[in-house]
Amino acid sequence: MPSHRMPSEADIISTVEFNHTGELLATGDKGGRVVIFQREPESKNAPHSQGEYDVYSTFQSHEPEFDYLKSLEIEEKINKIKWLPQQNAAHSLLSTNDKTIKLWKITERDKRPEGYNLKDEEGKLKDLSTVTSLQVPVLKPMDLMVEVSPRRVFANGHTYHINSISVNSDCETYMSADDLRINLWHLAITDRSFNIVDIKPANMEDLTEVITASEFHPHHCNLFVYSSSKGSLRLCDMRAAALCDKHSKLFEEPEDPSNRSFFSEIISSVSDVKFSHSGRYMLTRDYLTVKVWDLNMEARPIETYQVHDYLRSKLCSLYENDCIFDKFECAWNGSDSVIMTGAYNNFFRMFDRNTKRDVTLEASRESSKPRAVLKPRRVCVGGKRRRDDISVDSLDFTKKILHTAWHPAENIIAIAATNNLYIFQDKVNSEMH
Amino acid sequence: MMLSKGLKRKREEEEEEKESLAVDAWWLDPGHPAVAQAPPAVASSSLFDLSVLKLHHSLRQSEPDLRHLVLVVNTLRRIQASMAPTAALPPVPSPPAAPGVADNLLASSDAALSASMASLLEDLSHIEGLSQAPQPLADEGPPGRPTGGASPGLGALDLLGPATGCLLDDGFEGLFEDIDTSMYDSELWAPASEGLKPGPEDGPGKEEAPELDEAELDYLMDVLVGTQALERPPGPGR
Repeated sequence: MPSHRMPSEADIISTVEFNHTGELLATGDKGGRVVIFQREPESKNAPHSQGEYDVYSTFQSHEPEFDYLKSLEIEEKINKIKWLPQQNAAHSLLSTNDKTIKLWKITERDKRPEGYNLKDEEGKLKDLSTVTSLQVPVLKPMDLMVEVSPRRVFANGHTYHINSISVNSDCETYMSADDLRINLWHLAITDRSFNIVDIKPANMEDLTEVITASEFHPHHCNLFVYSSSKGSLRLCDMRAAALCDKHSKLFEEPEDPSNRSFFSEIISSVSDVKFSHSGRYMLTRDYLTVKVWDLNMEARPIETYQVHDYLRSKLCSLYENDCIFDKFECAWNGSDSVIMTGAYNNFFRMFDRNTKRDVTLEASRESSKPRAVLKPRRVCVGGKRRRDDISVDSLDFTKKILHTAWHPAENIIAIAATNNLYIFQDKVNSEMH
Repeated sequence: MMLSKGLKRKREEEEEEKESLAVDAWWLDPGHPAVAQAPPAVASSSLFDLSVLKLHHSLRQSEPDLRHLVLVVNTLRRIQASMAPTAALPPVPSPPAAPGVADNLLASSDAALSASMASLLEDLSHIEGLSQAPQPLADEGPPGRPTGGASPGLGALDLLGPATGCLLDDGFEGLFEDIDTSMYDSELWAPASEGLKPGPEDGPGKEEAPELDEAELDYLMDVLVGTQALERPPGPGR
């Protein structure tokens, strides 16, 4: 969705998230804004706009803040948005920047009362001498108004930068994770949280590992996972202990000695972890691969997919320009049969777990007109080069697809390419396989 | 651990650095015959310099990206380990047991070492200034944990460290578990501390410029990385 304003750094999209039905899609950006898109209902009258997403609401979630104690500016960039399961007519979401999480309530107003006895149309008090009879005010339809209001502000819970939030399946609690700690909150209580993971060492000089992502299990409200900068996953059970510093399970793949380099640890750092919809598997993204883990097997992932292995020989340059620290997200489709993740040059990759086929697609205005079919792309690493192949050396490393999301039920994906949002739909195969 | 001349560079030097990196990266090329059999044993000093530069840059941020910092430090430790002459070095050398760094590396950076040290001290002096600031409020950590009701005044004593505060003993430490002083502990750095001036006991025949052994450099790096309290005993050989 192109912005009407001149593109600036504030417009860079920093997170994308579908709600539980897929009807709404929220994006957060570097300027602290949240934009919510709503899917238009399919109608026979306008078949061309079947199920397309239009802007539903825009609001400023976070503002830049100044921490006077530390003389630090707190960025307003939205790191994560998570929707709450819908429990009434209103929609609710959590949005967070580095330090503060906010609960927003989104309501619709499409009627307004008219015919007050004491007030006139503009709301001014009537002259009582003109009132001769009583009337019952009636609700009349009006243009749809979407109202957004902040319901809770969960502040002062984190010393370090928040990287994840996750709503529990109990719909009452949620967790927030920063580099060293994970806190559990009750959605209705803002003045305290419960610390459930703390990996801060007694001496900061002993710090060798940080928390990079965390998520609650989709069905078991006592289970959650968190990933680390050393490439490990820890599954924790909140019933086992109040402080979950001891994991129930540790998922870690031994280093491949033939691929060992000075950058082994950096590229093994997990940038995202997602439970499958079934709850049986976890998906992780590190710098070069996506991996599927079975919750019952800690020793190694059950599947590993190469996202852009051609970068393995370029790690030194990527270390120098800091690209090696880029944090890519990953996503499951609704049936857990396909996984998706972003890459460079505005490429994103999909892997079909059943057929073992994969595809590289590009999110760019040049290559995708509305309703056009996306053409698979290929990166050539030497050898035979086809006409439309891109060579590794001409990849644009400033065009990174870090944030992607998949509709919970249908083949609709949302891709954030810097300050542009692309929504792709698979019209032919809209049913899940 | 070396602090080499690469700490403060002009832009032109950085450009040269990039070129030298392209040349030096041969060890990562899987097609290279020397690499095909054995993983890289020794990093080039330019990779080391680059990492130190990154570490320095990361520390200069008002609020360092902890993940970036930790990954750079760990990578630097790997590189450092590979540069040591003895193969028996553990992959993550923990101070102060690590043996000395290769002599040629030290020799090549001796002249500029004191210059970079001076500039580092200058950079860190602004952090030191915070220690004279008014006492910080107590708990910066998660509010949910029971904190034992520590008052702001006691928090400041924690900054001074047990070496100076006779009011503090082990019994008090439980009170401070939840107080996160990570942002303030680094002000304990002072230029006159033992970690910086090796002094004559390092042996005769040394050059005028202070030659720091690896234990001290490691200690120095740890101070740069985080909250190294100065009451910690100095390394061996003192």
